[in-house]
Amino acid sequence: MKPRTLRVWIWLHKWSSLVSMLFLLMLCLTGLPLISHEEIEHWLDPHPELEAVAPGTPRPALEDLVQEALSAQSANHVVPFVFFPGDEPEAVVIATAATIKPPATGDWEGLHFHQFDQRNGKLLGQEPPARGFMYFMLRLHVDMFLHLPGTLFLGAMGLLLIVAVVSGVVVYTPFMRKLDFATIRAARGPRVLWLDLHNLLGIVTLAWVSVVGLTGVISTLAQPAASLWQGTELAEMIAPYKDAPPLTQRVPLDVALATARETAPDMRLVAMHFPGRDSSGDHHYSAIFVGNTPLTSRLIKPALIDAQTGALTDIREMPWYVKVLYLSKPLHFGDYGGLPLKIIWALLTLITIVVLGSGIYLWLRKPGRARAASAPGRGQA
Amino acid sequence: MSRTSGRQRQSLWAIFRVPVLLAVLSIIGLVSALVGDELWDVLSWVMLGVPIVLIAWCLRPGRSACNL
Repeated sequence: MKPRTLRVWIWLHKWSSLVSMLFLLMLCLTGLPLISHEEIEHWLDPHPELEAVAPGTPRPALEDLVQEALSAQSANHVVPFVFFPGDEPEAVVIATAATIKPPATGDWEGLHFHQFDQRNGKLLGQEPPARGFMYFMLRLHVDMFLHLPGTLFLGAMGLLLIVAVVSGVVVYTPFMRKLDFATIRAARGPRVLWLDLHNLLGIVTLAWVSVVGLTGVISTLAQPAASLWQGTELAEMIAPYKDAPPLTQRVPLDVALATARETAPDMRLVAMHFPGRDSSGDHHYSAIFVGNTPLTSRLIKPALIDAQTGALTDIREMPWYVKVLYLSKPLHFGDYGGLPLKIIWALLTLITIVVLGSGIYLWLRKPGRARAASAPGRGQA
Repeated sequence: MSRTSGRQRQSLWAIFRVPVLLAVLSIIGLVSALVGDELWDVLSWVMLGVPIVLIAWCLRPGRSACNL
């Protein structure tokens, strides 16, 4: 490599890292608890154990539970969706809020989750969504409380991470021409020691950091991807209803659920969106399924159910870009291979923090940095 | 890995054979837990554990290089 070319790569490595450094450190630190969000949430907020239900107890209609949830809220509140928690097959959670759609920014006014036991209709909990430690970590990690602009900004920081990784590998090459893999020259002073550590830890975790960075960047496009899907595929599915009169009376939730379960008996129903959502349109319930294999359980498949008649309108595979998005999430958060994988994920995150920190240290301790500062325009290597 | 006794330049392959191997193992580990459970999860732990074990091995006290 020509010295001039190398200088360009070094410049890229330095500035892509420096610009994104603080944000990447924040993402590493907030990401650490998010890896184990299930365990931590369980520990911070233990689920009530479901009581034994006498055999033959009649199951309540879920529509009655919907009405019970609504009656606990102000008169004008509505149900935007219900969901069936994966860790508690007998439970159903009914959401109520002041509006059927969430606002573009800010909190969803009046949002409450009402959890019931499906077997006997017993109310298990009735509360606004948790706003604790994990929520704080998640919001910092996802959008720094700045909504879509914050998310897209963090995506840009992720792109800089990828630039830093690629340029780092290029710069690694001439460094290692005369050194064995993983040489640590501890006797040559702290700067050389940390340089060798930076190189070793960086090159060894290369593939993992690249995948976590890339899937993180992909995840920042969730909202644009959802809008694209709603504007194309969903719009196509509900096109025949464009001029239909407004829905006056929806069929009970149980009717829509029965149609949904009949449509895809071998899939798991995770949620049902009520008419009026962006994900369902004004005339449909939207049933959200996931598959039953480890891979397909990560992918959603929606079915649209006519809210006037309770009949199936359409069920479709999600397009490739939505599948990529949903598969990126586990690959980013590491919560897909049991506790040992989470521990490995945390260790690799800690190693990444050391790579970032040593990078800053090497920049601060650059020999001749004072000289370079007094003679701007001279490249440093 | 053989020790380079002198200061001669190493080939690209010599520099990158271990990193490439680690990257391949990592990718196998990242994907395997996604496509299956149980044995696939275990495979994932082993593959992604290799870089961590290697770092610990390289940094064990009294060593200046890995001597792979």
